Amino acid sequence: MIENFLAMDGHGAFVWPAYGFAFLVLGGLLLWSLRELRSHERSLHKLRPQDPDAA
Amino acid sequence: MSRLANPNRFQKFSRRVLPWAAGLAGLGLLAGLGLGLFFSPGDYQQGESVRIMYVHVPAAWMALGVYTLIALASGLFLVWKYPLADIVARAAAPLGAGFTLLTLVTGSLWGKPTWGTWWVWDARLTSVLILFFLYLGYIALQNAFDDGARGAKSAAVLALIGFVNVPIIKWSVEWWHTLHQPASVIRLDGPSIHISMLAPLLLMAAGFAAFFVVLLLIRVRSALLARKIRALRLVQAAADPHIGGR
Repeated sequence: MIENFLAMDGHGAFVWPAYGFAFLVLGGLLLWSLRELRSHERSLHKLRPQDPDAA
Repeated sequence: MSRLANPNRFQKFSRRVLPWAAGLAGLGLLAGLGLGLFFSPGDYQQGESVRIMYVHVPAAWMALGVYTLIALASGLFLVWKYPLADIVARAAAPLGAGFTLLTLVTGSLWGKPTWGTWWVWDARLTSVLILFFLYLGYIALQNAFDDGARGAKSAAVLALIGFVNVPIIKWSVEWWHTLHQPASVIRLDGPSIHISMLAPLLLMAAGFAAFFVVLLLIRVRSALLARKIRALRLVQAAADPHIGGR
């Protein structure tokens, strides 16, 4: 059953990389954006610990 | 809208909106993937490769929508000089570029089994490739000048000029003979695809849009923090005679 699902009737080699790439791009953008935000929050905390926007 | 131009108000607004957007993104994507992968039929001609549609089409819609947002924000920035408009456009650009790249790659993966080719220089594919270069050009211009204000203005002008590409992409399949199929959802006569495929498609589109909102809010919040940090460092440097080699 699962083999049929993965094989996608012979089109698995196209369908799964498409979904995989989507996951990579969207996940990558999210991780990158969150890392940048955390880095700024830490920098702000060093400059002004009492700021509500700081980490 | 102009009330949100104030950065502090925007931060408050984004804190309220972000959890809802994240929830909507999660629901839309899960439901869309569930229906698209498990509970929708293959196509009578294309077979199971039609399931690529559930990532390719939402990505394409986002690629166009985000560029439109950037063009609008650029207009607001150039005419009314709202700093937040430039910040939003700058934050959105890498996201739009990502969606466009996703459109091109998933489209290529769909094209190989369907048309027998990874790429063809038809009007639709070519104009979307141009859109990708416009995004990259916008990002490059923003960062090209030592004077950030010049970069922001140049990029805004590029964004506005490049907007002509958006209707070209949309109508390319009508105006030219293209290998890419004509519109089957956003048409004057309404969608021509069956609900069993339309439902997962629209759910994925909603999920992608909400996910974009989440990313945009995170990136704008980040940019506003960066501005605050720069301002604080300038104040610090002015106050402390030992910083800056004075």
